[in-house]
Amino acid sequence: MITRILSRTAFYLILAIGLFYILFPFYWMIVNSLKPSAELFATPLSYWPRQLTLDNYRAVLADGSFVRSIFNSFVVAGGATILSLALSSMAAYALARYRFAGKQATLYIILGMSTFPQIAVLGGLFTLARALGIYNTYWALILSYMIFTLPFCVWVLTSFVKEIPDTLDEAATIDGASAWQILWKVIIPLAGPGLVATGLLSFINAWNEFLFALTLTADNQARTVPVAVALFSGQSEHELPWGKITAASTVVTVPVVLLALMFQKRIVEGLTSGAVKG
Amino acid sequence: MILFKRAETLAATHARTAVLFLAPTFLVLAAVGLYPLSRTIWLSFTDANFFADEARFVWFDNYIDLHSNPDWWAALYNTVFFAVASVALQVVLGIAFAMVLNVNFTGRKFARAANLIPLVIALTVASQLWKWMYHDVFGVVNDALLRLGLIQDPVAWLNNPSTALWAIIAMSTWKFVPFVTLLVLASLQGIPKELYEAAEIDGAGPIARFIRVTLPMLKSAIAVVVVFRMLDALRVFDIVYVMTGNSPATVTISMFARQQMIEFGLVGAGSAASVEIFLLIILGTMVYMRMLKVEDR
Repeated sequence: MITRILSRTAFYLILAIGLFYILFPFYWMIVNSLKPSAELFATPLSYWPRQLTLDNYRAVLADGSFVRSIFNSFVVAGGATILSLALSSMAAYALARYRFAGKQATLYIILGMSTFPQIAVLGGLFTLARALGIYNTYWALILSYMIFTLPFCVWVLTSFVKEIPDTLDEAATIDGASAWQILWKVIIPLAGPGLVATGLLSFINAWNEFLFALTLTADNQARTVPVAVALFSGQSEHELPWGKITAASTVVTVPVVLLALMFQKRIVEGLTSGAVKG
Repeated sequence: MILFKRAETLAATHARTAVLFLAPTFLVLAAVGLYPLSRTIWLSFTDANFFADEARFVWFDNYIDLHSNPDWWAALYNTVFFAVASVALQVVLGIAFAMVLNVNFTGRKFARAANLIPLVIALTVASQLWKWMYHDVFGVVNDALLRLGLIQDPVAWLNNPSTALWAIIAMSTWKFVPFVTLLVLASLQGIPKELYEAAEIDGAGPIARFIRVTLPMLKSAIAVVVVFRMLDALRVFDIVYVMTGNSPATVTISMFARQQMIEFGLVGAGSAASVEIFLLIILGTMVYMRMLKVEDR
């Protein structure tokens, strides 16, 4: 009896601490974004705002370069994701359905690229982007993001395609369909939910990328959200505009969180097969 | 005989289609991955920099300089320390939390959904957020610890060399515990219930069941998670760049390489550091792939 009570207490204690640890920073971001700056910079801190205001949001949305960075992020993350999905659905079909020489090596290369250190291509990409004249443009980011979005999409989509029974392919083959037709008319429609989940994760990864975005852009012509948020600056090193930073963080985080919650099951599938399931 | 011939042509058709379908992916990966990588390797053997037009081939000079640079070794030490400490914390907390979420209780759905939140927040956004929480005057960490009486005076967590790295480790742990939880949870659900029932009949208590049944069943999943997280932690850049900038107490190898290359304009020297990071990660990736056993797919 006593051990039961003890283990129940331990259970709820770990649960409570865990949830607090996970959720508090998120809560703190939202609460701080709604505080007027007088309250933001007053000790002792208020854990629930005494006065709610949308001033920080107004300031963020009036900031042209921040709004522009959101647009840039959509173009870059969307572009990299669409291109990756298009190319990877073909590759995934070949890997899931055919046996051919070199398949093993292909899988190793694709998987190996998921741990690829971005820094190893940074110098090469930087000089290359400048030589090609695409430095500080969308293309520099879209193309460089495909280093990680493309292998990721191939890997995850391959496991989704494998779940589709291949009797459907056989039936289509007997009807005289070419591989290309099977891919477009049979596989892609059936892999719809998998494509959405894969695309979403790839989009989130590209949306959140920082090192390439920081290095391959110079100003808000192509600068993305993570760079804009990281480079928010105030009058001096010690006077960062925290109200604005928390509001901007909320603006870019809440949509992603909502998307993740809506597609929770698929996202979890994508994440687990992306890393471990193999 | 005829059948044999037909089978052969079918295989040949498949192989041709496979090559055709994989070609675009490989072309792109070669252009954006392989080519810049070989360029980085080439540059690491030259004295290329932003200030001179012509780069000279200097053999291993950049590597020799790198190894005699104490800043490189300090950055390597910081990186390894960060990776080991944060992954260890993530794995221990992640397993604990996965065990909790594997139990049936009201609100489990909510808890599992909440678990996803840190995972999808951009690393730079999360880093800014934690930087604000660590603020020496207006940060919530100091405020809470002062109220609880755990510290007497506010601490400048990120400016103090003895706390900065630990502050970053705590942040990274928050960001990635949910990832470990997710993966451990997936393999916990694969453990047959009969094993626990059998252990209970044998008189094993909850702790014995965890050590004798759960841990051995999770062993391979945990090993994979550890290597995967280590490979990611060794590449750490965003968190440190945002939270402490180029402060020597926390600078990592990726930051060192980028600083040499982009901020100092020493492309050759920075490339040499990049190549060493690449080799380190490739070595780890080989271990990782052996664990996953791609053949089984």
